[in-house]
Formats: sequence, structure tokens, C-alpha cells
Amino acid sequence: MNEMDNKWIGKNTIRPDGADKVTGRAEYAADTIMPGMIWGKVLRSPHPHATIKSINTKKAEKLDGVFSVATSADCVDFPVDTPVILGIQDIRWMARNVLAKEKVLFHGHPIAAVAARTEEIAEKACELIEVDYDVHPWAIEIDDAIKPDAPILHDFIKFDGKPSNIVGTLEHKKGNIEEGFKDADIIIEKEFETAAVHQGYLETHACLVSVSPDDKTIIWSSSQGQFMVRAMTSFITGIPQSSIRAIPAEIGGGFGGKTIVYLEPVATILSKKSGRPVKMVMTREEVMRASGPTSGSKSKVKIGAKNDGKITAAQGTFYLQAGAFPGAPIRGAAGCCLAPYDIPNAHTFGYDVVSNRSKVAAYRAPGAPIGAYAVECVIDEVAEALKICPLEFRLKNAAKQGTKAVHGPTYPVMGYVETLEACLSHPHYKAPLKKLQGRGYASGFWFNAGGESSAQVNITEDGNVVVTTGHPDIGGSRASIANITAELLGIDVNRVSVLIGDTASIGFSNLTGGSRVLFASALVVTESTNQVIDILKDRASKIWNIDKEAIEWENGQARPAGDNAGKFKPLTLVELAEKATPTGGPIGAGHQVNTVGAEGGFATHICDVEVDIELGIARVIRYTAAQDVGKAIHPAYVEGQLQGGVVQGIGWALNEEYIYNKEGKLDNPGFLDYRIPVCSDLPMIDTILVEVPNPKHPQGVRGVGEVPIVPPLSAIANAIYNAIGTRFYSLPMSPPKILEKISD
Amino acid sequence: MSEVKFISPETLEQAVDAYYKSSKEGKTKILAGGTDLLVQIRSGISQPDTIIDIKNIKELKEISNDNGSYTIGAAVAGAVLDEEEDFGNNWPGVLEALRLIGSEQIQGRASLGGNLCNASPAGDSVPALIASGATVKVHGPEGERNMPIESFHAGPGKTNLKNGEIVVNFQFPKKQKCSGDAYLRMIPRTEMDIAVVGCAVNVTIENDKCVDARVALGAVAPTALLVEDASKALIGSNFEKEAVEKAALACEAACNPIDDKRGTISYRKKVSKVLFKRALEKAIERAKKG
Repeated sequence: MNEMDNKWIGKNTIRPDGADKVTGRAEYAADTIMPGMIWGKVLRSPHPHATIKSINTKKAEKLDGVFSVATSADCVDFPVDTPVILGIQDIRWMARNVLAKEKVLFHGHPIAAVAARTEEIAEKACELIEVDYDVHPWAIEIDDAIKPDAPILHDFIKFDGKPSNIVGTLEHKKGNIEEGFKDADIIIEKEFETAAVHQGYLETHACLVSVSPDDKTIIWSSSQGQFMVRAMTSFITGIPQSSIRAIPAEIGGGFGGKTIVYLEPVATILSKKSGRPVKMVMTREEVMRASGPTSGSKSKVKIGAKNDGKITAAQGTFYLQAGAFPGAPIRGAAGCCLAPYDIPNAHTFGYDVVSNRSKVAAYRAPGAPIGAYAVECVIDEVAEALKICPLEFRLKNAAKQGTKAVHGPTYPVMGYVETLEACLSHPHYKAPLKKLQGRGYASGFWFNAGGESSAQVNITEDGNVVVTTGHPDIGGSRASIANITAELLGIDVNRVSVLIGDTASIGFSNLTGGSRVLFASALVVTESTNQVIDILKDRASKIWNIDKEAIEWENGQARPAGDNAGKFKPLTLVELAEKATPTGGPIGAGHQVNTVGAEGGFATHICDVEVDIELGIARVIRYTAAQDVGKAIHPAYVEGQLQGGVVQGIGWALNEEYIYNKEGKLDNPGFLDYRIPVCSDLPMIDTILVEVPNPKHPQGVRGVGEVPIVPPLSAIANAIYNAIGTRFYSLPMSPPKILEKISD
Repeated sequence: MSEVKFISPETLEQAVDAYYKSSKEGKTKILAGGTDLLVQIRSGISQPDTIIDIKNIKELKEISNDNGSYTIGAAVAGAVLDEEEDFGNNWPGVLEALRLIGSEQIQGRASLGGNLCNASPAGDSVPALIASGATVKVHGPEGERNMPIESFHAGPGKTNLKNGEIVVNFQFPKKQKCSGDAYLRMIPRTEMDIAVVGCAVNVTIENDKCVDARVALGAVAPTALLVEDASKALIGSNFEKEAVEKAALACEAACNPIDDKRGTISYRKKVSKVLFKRALEKAIERAKKG
């Protein structure tokens, strides 16, 4: 397809979900109601670490208005020492995170749940549940969790032969690290730490579940994957997947945090036991206390370079908090951190550390910002020591097509160098700075994913198009799919309606995560649409009584390929749809496949800050994000992804943090003291969409949603250094921390 | 589910009577804008069995100007006071402090009376009210009395109101010629946040000399503070460096803060000096304009 001729791809078409959202009609999970519906509430642990000796629910069950009570005894029993893998999750942990079994492992850990006529009665009944605990010492911070006499969360997990809270490791190696450092003229090694931060989605977790007496189960919920909801609920409740229909609601933000379940299996058990539909909606406090933030971390990075600016060796060690159960995103930290560079000798380690915090969940490029923060800050220091512009230094060491990455692959066509060049030629790079203002740079990488996707493209009787895919739309996939379908069919985009099917109406589609959805669903939609075009040609061939091969599809109509084919008036989509029944029946096609060929994404950011040195406040005053986006199918949405990632990175860098008190409880479980940025904290985020199409994709799509949160942490840290000459090695760079360090 | 009795009296006497009686029997809360109370009920911090809505009482919603002396009803919302153009010209510091409470939507409800009675050490309008020299009129079973703002609070969440007493209005002194007030707060964000330190300054200038000054701090002690030593350091000075520094040190010395998730003791002390200087500068600028 010649790009210049694109009518819809690359255009900012009107969002299909826009009217519903701005008029309040969009149906979120908490909007759903059913006749006879009752309310579920969760009893949560008051202790950060304790063995559950017994749970007595009798008093709660007897309270007027209570219909059912659930505990882990109602869940399928997964032996704690046998892995049950589903994607990147382990169901034995997931089940215990949903309802604690042997132990409670964090303050706020669910223990039991009650369904009652009202939320208030359910809450009161929760207070009547008697739990006998054997309370243990706890560990919150990494240092406390890995010291020799630390309280052990899972004593059957061993590290170095002993029970340990280090529950997993990962290593990437390339070349000879010792030789590499020997060759270096300069070596810089620094240690860093970051705080646990929450995704901060505005919509709290919510679901409505109705289980009929024959176990047929319908789940309405807010998630990043209705098939994930179905599978996890099936595992934990024992109801077969074929009996569960999971209906995806419109989603009010996820950022990775809705790739696992919290409420759905609980509501299913409560509904099954009561015979009533059960609704559950978390409060903000429950979300903050018990749903996944991403890891806090400690890391050490060492980089060596020659005086000519070539990096000879790099080493990184990353300890990441997993929360209560194994599964910290160490691959994102140790795997992505050196990806932008062509480094001959490198070695990275990741350590997965459990402690008495809520279980971490995915958050936008999980782990990658943590790794990049440390590496990109050291890169800045090395460039400074060598007196080379930090962007030129990166250019000199940039990975290109053919570079063997430290994390394994040999890179195909990619646009990292182009992002550096775009920054170097952008006016922001040369804009003057005032006193106490500074400029910082950083790059970042994210793997991007492919995976299973299904689509169905149907022509309606009136000649319009309905496309159904299986992925919740959190980043503009419906608008983008509409653009692609309209382009392929040569029709107006408003004639294409894109829907997200429930688990009973479309084939298995993996969840919305890993920046995979547009890559994967565009592939299956393209294949389905091409099949539909083939069917349309076939119908025209029947009407004209000529060979299908003599027909071409152009501008939304079938027409003879040339004069030899015969002289016929073109048949439009509407005309072919009208004649569908006599020519063979309904017109539609579907495709489902495990998509491969998703290629990584790279970005380079420029950030200006201004520091109030009397109050210790750093404010971002200008920001430019350049990213290789493959092909921007809907540029406004792509820009929005870049801007959103940067904003979350700014929050992570400057103010967001999980603060625990001396009792091992989260001290800031709300948006007043857990400070995500507000609009007035932010400048307009400028974007540069670098388009180096992914050759393995029909439209050239690369994932774009996660890369933009990778560079900001270090771009901001480097900018603050540039402004005031002090380097910060710990996030968040909040006002008390900044003032304390510069007053020293 | 416990039931809550909701009373909406139309006169002050009815309100006081109901408040006095119901307080004896159980937990009663006064509702003005509700921007603190509803949040506290929802989070379980407050579980009243009676709520008395005072928004229908005329005196509490009135704004009057008696020859330059303002009286502002306790339940007047920030957005309403903002439309009273002349009030902002007289007491820009009080208005800017009140306007910092919550978002635009909250401003339609939040009031000076509510902010005062919530008794948070970090309440934004309180230091500004103290610096202005305003007094508060309260009405109770034993009649009316006036209190200076700085003696209204007993501690975090606690007031010196007696059983059955309701805040009626705020009475501002007539603004002096060549005087100006200002309020500044330190928050990590730029809005939608709670003061880590707040500072209000009100100065009167005559022939370039400071003839009157009131300095108040918020969020640095169990209650908002009137820093009299800072006033003393300023009065009689030309705002020369030494005098300002002495006043700033008095602010720092007056701080009795806590270490918490919002800031450390040392951070709050340092910031109190900085905010004082910045608020003073702003107040002087306003005073010079008349």
C-alpha cells in the first residue's frame, strides 16, 4: 500500500468511544446492575504478616441481610509447592492473593468476603468474622527482607540452599565483562533506589457476577483481558471455562494493573453460594492497599568507556520488590536497561524479592523504567566525565540493525538512532535555559509483545462493517482498527463499527498488555478483511459470471480488472451486501492466530526542569519525547500514549511513593498523600513521532504504549543535576529530599 | 445500617437548641459545605448520629460591609466570596487562602467556618484569618461571644467551642491605609494538595516604615500560630534585611512540627522561613499599592 494514498491510516479519526464517554453513557463495571443483585465486601488483614490459625464466620452468616460468606476454603486447593502457570502468572499465588490461605502476607490481604443486601451490612458482617492469628515479624523494605535474620514469607522457597525472600533470579551475559572493564579509560559505578509506585488508574476494580444453579456464570468486570478473567476465575473456582462468559466493561484505566483478578473469583463464589448476582466495587483505599503497585528497587550500575567515547563494558544488578508473592518484573529491569546500546561486554542480574507488601502487578513496561533509571543516569555521568554531549555519546554507542542485544536478540530494522537524531535537530535541544533551570536526556526501550489474537469482520445486510476483536481498548485500538479496516475496504471510516467481544462471542485473545494489542489485532483484522474482500470478489464473479481472478477491489467496490474481463458497472459494498443471500449467504470472515514479529520500541526524551532551591521543588517546565512508533495508525492516540507515559514517569520521579509506617501499614492510601501529578504540575508534552515501520507487520505497527514511561525518571534526574549541580540517586526526588541534600 | 438524623434549622436559635440537645445524647456534627464532613463519614473517621445543616440560616450566609468593616457568614462558600470584588481588594490574602481549599467544584461549597471548625493544623484559611486580625462570633446556649481566631483551636481537630456553640460569622477590622496581606503555602504539587507549611503576613506601612504587622503560620504546630515575635521584629523597621531575618528566625523558632509523610521537622522549619519572606514581600507590595 502506498502510504501517500492512505485515506484513513494516519488520520485522527473521531474516537468511536468518544461520544459515550463525554456524555456519561459509557458503561463501566460499576455501572452494571441486575435484578436481585446483592453486594460483596472483603475482610482484610490487620497485620502485615501472620499465620491464620482459624477463621470463624458463623456470626457473620447469622447477621440479618447476609446471603453468603467466602474464604479460601471455597477455592480450588493449589498445593503451595507446585507451580500452576498461566501466562506470566502462577495461579497458586493468584489464588492466595485473592483469598489468603495459610498466611496473611500484607496489611490489607483479603481473608474472607461477605455478600449481603447492602454494602453496609456486608461491611458489618466482615467485622463479625473472627480470625485467630499467629502474628509474625515482618519485612517491608528490600534490605530488611534480604538480611540474614529476616522473617521469611515462604519458607519452602530457597536461595543458596536456605529459606530466603530472594525467590527468583535472572541473568543476561554478553562478551567478557572483566576484559571489558580492563579496556576502559574511565569507570563509573553508582547505586540507586526507587519507591514502589501505583498505576493510579482512576476507575477502581469492580465487577458484577451472576452464577446460575447449573454454574453458568456471567462476569461483567473492568479488566485488561476478559479471557484472563475467565481463565483465572475458572482456575480458582473450579467452574470450567466453557461455563463462564466474561464480558469486558469499558475500562477506566489499567496501565498493567488490571492484568490480574482480585474480585471476580470472590464474587463468583459469593454468587454461587447465595444464588444471587453479586456486585463488588473496591474503594480507593482498597486499591492502594491491596492491588498491585510496581516494585520499589535497589540497584547498582557500573559502566566503563574509552576516552574516545566507546563503551567497553556495563554491569547492572537490580533488586526488585515482588510484594507478597514471587513475580517482580526483573526481566524488564535487567533485560531492557542496556537495550539501546551496542556494548561488547555486559552482564546484568535481577533479583526477585518478596516482602510484606501487596503483590506487585504489571505497570507500563514493568521493570524497564527502574533499569533505565540507573543506567541512563550513569550514562549521563560517563558522558560528562568524557566531556561529550550526552546525546552524541548515546549516538556513538547506539544499537542498530544487526546489533546483538545484551538480552539476546539481534536487532532487525529499528529506529533508535533516528530518535537521537530527531532530538539533536529539535529546537528544544538548543533552547536557552535560565538560572536554576537544567536539561536532561535519557533513552529507553521496551520489548513489545505479539501473542494470541482473534478477529471477526462481518458485512451487515445494509453493506456496512462490524469488526469484533477480543481485547479491551485502553489505548485507542478501536479507532485504529476502524482506520485500518476502512483503508483496506476503501470505504468511509464511519461505516466501520469496532466492538470488543465477550469470551463467548470471539475466539481467545490474550490480554491487553505488553503494547501488543494493535500489533496483534491489526494482523488478524487485516487477514480477516482480506478474506472478506476475497469473498466479495467471489460474489461479484457470480453476478457477472466471470472469473474471480478477473475482478479487483478498489474504493469500496468490485470491478473488472481490465477490458478483457468484460464491461460491467462496478458493484459497491452495499450492492453486494444486498445480493448476499442469492450469491451464497452472509459475508464475513474471521482469523485467529498466535501473532509473531512484534519488534521492540525505542525512545529518547529531552526534559527541562526548574528547581526552587529554597523549597526543594523541582518542576518540569518543558518536555519533548521522540519515539520510534513504527507507523502511527491514529497519530493523536499515539501522541496521547507518549504524553501519558511521560506524565506517569514525572509522577514516579518527583512525588509518588508508597510510604509505610512503623506498623508495616501503608500510610498514604489515597490521592491526597499519594501524589500523582495534576494538570497544573505539567507542561505540554511535545512529541516527535519517528516512523520506522516494523517490516514484519502489514501496516508497520510497533507497540507504543509502554516505551514512553521508560526514559522520564532519568531524564528528570539528569535535568535536576544540570540545573543545580547535585545528583540524586533515590526516587522520588520530593521536596524534603531535595532540600535536605542541597542544604548539606 | 445505623440511621442518621438530619436537621435543617432556619434560625440560629433552633440550630443551637438542637445542637445542644443532640450533643448530650450522641454524636452530632454541623454541616456547612460538607467538604470535610462527608469525606470523614465515608472513610469512617466520623460516625455522627445527628447532622445539623446550617446552610438555611440567613446570618451564616450573609456578607456585609459596614463602612469598610466586613462581616462574612460562616457558611459563605469560597466561590461566593470570590465574586465579592471589594472583599478581595481589602483582604487578598484571606481570599487567596480560602480559594486554595480544594478544587473548583469544592469551592462551591467550602467555607471559612468549615475550615476553621475542622481544626486541621494545615487548614489554609486559618493563618490568613489570624494575620488579618479577624474575630469570630459564636452563638451558644448562653448567648453570643467573640473570639480572636488564634485562640479558637485547642489542638488538631479540637476547638475551644463550648457545648452547643456554633460559629456565626467572621468580623474583619477596617483595613488600614497602606496595608496588605498575603498567604502562601508549600505543597509538593501545584494544586489539589494539603499545606506542608502555610504562612500569612499582614503589614501596614507608613512613610516606608512598618507600623503594624501580624504573622501567622499553619501546619507547623498542633494549631495555627500567631507569631508575635515576628511581628515585633518587623514593627518599627524599614523591612531591612536584619529585621526580616530576625522575623524569619522567629517563625522558625515558633515551629513545633512533627515528622510525617508530608514533611520532616527540619524541612518544615526551613520552609517556614522561606515562605515568611516570600509572603512578606507580597504583602509589602500590596500595602504599597494602598
